[in-house]
Amino acid sequence: MTTTQTAPAVIPDFGDTVSVGRKLAIICSKGNLDMAYPGLILANAALGEGVEVDMFFTFWGFDIITNSRMGDLKFTMLGNTATHMPQGLGGLPGMTAMATHQMRKQIQDVGVPDVPEFLEQIVDSGGHLWACRLSAEMMHLDEADLYEGVEGIISAADFIEKTEGAQILFI
Amino acid sequence: MSIATIGAASVHVDAEGFLTEYDEWNEDLGTQLAARIGIELTDVHWRVINFLRADYQTLGETATLRRVSIQADVPVKELFRLFPGKPAKKMAYIAGLPKPVGCV
Repeated sequence: MTTTQTAPAVIPDFGDTVSVGRKLAIICSKGNLDMAYPGLILANAALGEGVEVDMFFTFWGFDIITNSRMGDLKFTMLGNTATHMPQGLGGLPGMTAMATHQMRKQIQDVGVPDVPEFLEQIVDSGGHLWACRLSAEMMHLDEADLYEGVEGIISAADFIEKTEGAQILFI
Repeated sequence: MSIATIGAASVHVDAEGFLTEYDEWNEDLGTQLAARIGIELTDVHWRVINFLRADYQTLGETATLRRVSIQADVPVKELFRLFPGKPAKKMAYIAGLPKPVGCV
């Protein structure tokens, strides 16, 4: 047996010494169930890494934060070749409901929360949610129609200004 | 993986400084690990740490933030206050466990 000199263990770098924090801006423009999750998962992951996160919900992505729709996002096989099913099947009556049901089950099985609960976790983790003004006007919606954690309805220019220096993800 | 000292103890750690041997950890070591990253452990911290230790033994992997929040009944907001910055990694470090690999 060899004797080796042991040194004090290194301390992991948790980024606490960095003076300027990393920022991430995520623009969610799609309202399909399968297109809502990438933004939510990445936002959650970034927050857990101490990254400041701002999310901007625009166009169809507005559904993710609209109270009457956020719990009812859908997944369709149509136009999505990655299901590896004949495209014609996707157009049959009831197929979107079935595919949605299946995807919800898969999401639940891996311990990922549904959309409203996921938004709550993001807000609790310090994430900021913003609604797109133009989308709100187009769809005749105001703050009362939106998830309570949304901090405000702002213009695209406002969002760009708020996220100065941030890395941007467009989904 | 190498042997390094934390206080008076000699333990196995990985390149980042996380303990690699579950059984080398004890509460005193946990307190010292926490102190090294500027955290003074309170009762709620211990509830989280003890849950992580027990859960790891059952599951064989480190619980994610969401799992800790639900199972140990500590709100996510509180976890961010207790272990600021990178809560999941910090609590794993103090508990002498590997970093969590789960996404959510």
